[in-house]
Amino acid sequence: MKITVDQDKCCGAGSCVLAAPDVFDQRDEDGVVVLLDPEPAEHLRAAVREAADVCPTAAIALTERD
Amino acid sequence: MALGDADHVLDYPIPAPTALDPPAEWAALRQQCPVARVRLPSGDEAALLTRYEDVRQVLADPRFHRHLDAPDAARVTANESGGVFSGALARPMSPEIHQQWRRMVGKWFTARRMTALRPGIEAMTERLVDEMVASGAPADLREKLGFPLPVWVICDMLGVPESDREKFAYWSDTLLSLTRYTQAEIDAAQAEFRAYMSEHIAATREAPGDDLISELISAAGGAGHVMTDETLLSTSQGLLVAGHETTANMIGKMVGMLLADRRRWEELLADRSLVRTAVEEALRMDANPGFGIPRYLTEDARVGDTTVPRGTTVVCGIGAANRDESAFADADEMDLRRSPNTHLAFGVGAHSCLGQSLARTELQAVLDVLLRRLPGLELAVWAEELERVDGLVVGGLRTLPVRW
Repeated sequence: MKITVDQDKCCGAGSCVLAAPDVFDQRDEDGVVVLLDPEPAEHLRAAVREAADVCPTAAIALTERD
Repeated sequence: MALGDADHVLDYPIPAPTALDPPAEWAALRQQCPVARVRLPSGDEAALLTRYEDVRQVLADPRFHRHLDAPDAARVTANESGGVFSGALARPMSPEIHQQWRRMVGKWFTARRMTALRPGIEAMTERLVDEMVASGAPADLREKLGFPLPVWVICDMLGVPESDREKFAYWSDTLLSLTRYTQAEIDAAQAEFRAYMSEHIAATREAPGDDLISELISAAGGAGHVMTDETLLSTSQGLLVAGHETTANMIGKMVGMLLADRRRWEELLADRSLVRTAVEEALRMDANPGFGIPRYLTEDARVGDTTVPRGTTVVCGIGAANRDESAFADADEMDLRRSPNTHLAFGVGAHSCLGQSLARTELQAVLDVLLRRLPGLELAVWAEELERVDGLVVGGLRTLPVRW
């Protein structure tokens, strides 16, 4: 799995951080998403999929490869 | 079906059979009339959307404006001021200005910051539960816990002292009135709130603290701007309007739903790790989320198979959309493990709720504390006897009688 985030789209709701705090964070200065781990380990992927699904601005894109 | 085909104009909000169940019309509207003519409390007509995909599309589409003071836009309420939808905060900002404002305030509302507030929120909840237990069963959980908690949290954020929490609760109630208060009462409450906050903002400029107002002033100062009193006032008012009554009512409705079928409460007692998904499911299942999200259309637009003409005021029926079978399997079932739960309770798109991490944190904290402290919690009336709050933009339960 490979994650990309679109910081221009992000509205800073933080739902990704609540769903997958090991993978997403928010910038201190404005709350915009920060990707901590673009290729998360297996055990984190369900939470990452949930984070992408619930993002209010669809700013998280996933490529499932393996 | 085109808008206007229906010879029937529904009165809106649509009455529901019980406090926790949706109006029977929702399912029929989703199936047969996804863009329905409705008459608002003001007497003006609007178009009600009830399908998940349509609501999602409209909330993310910039042609559907928040410009509800257009001359031909439907007025929501009979009050002259139009209540919450016509205040300073409802005045639309350009997308660029909105994003700047949003990011400045958003910095305060990050998920980690809200998570850091959680121990404090749990401590306030514990204190309110202690007081409720001390006053004896049965008790009204809305009055004892649901209503005070969010206003305490907001007062803390704004740097307002504990002794003024009562005033804030009243102002908040008044600002959200659809029909319950007179225009004179609403105007008086607005004026008192503005006067209080102006003084509080001036004092905060003199002696900044560790609160949101201080943070906004210093963040703007750091970027070479001056944060005006007007922006601080409307931000504070927005917080109160957006963060108090909504969360207060959601606490009541969430606990009400979980106790209405006590197997849900027992499922949570058996597995506390379900609190997070249970909160999301309560948000989705909320059959009385309130008025809905209004938008004003500045040009003709397609919504599903319907052409909606410019000048139409559209009301996004969030509760109806959240129970759309085409978006959620077994949409009428409350599934405490549902995941992902892509409900629209906080809206969607660039204007989706700024405080959603705070709301989630408060709801999760309340549920955790109640499960821990009052595992024997149950309704003290039949679920069918619970009554809705009328006259406010945000829907809720009038009282939530419980024992433990």
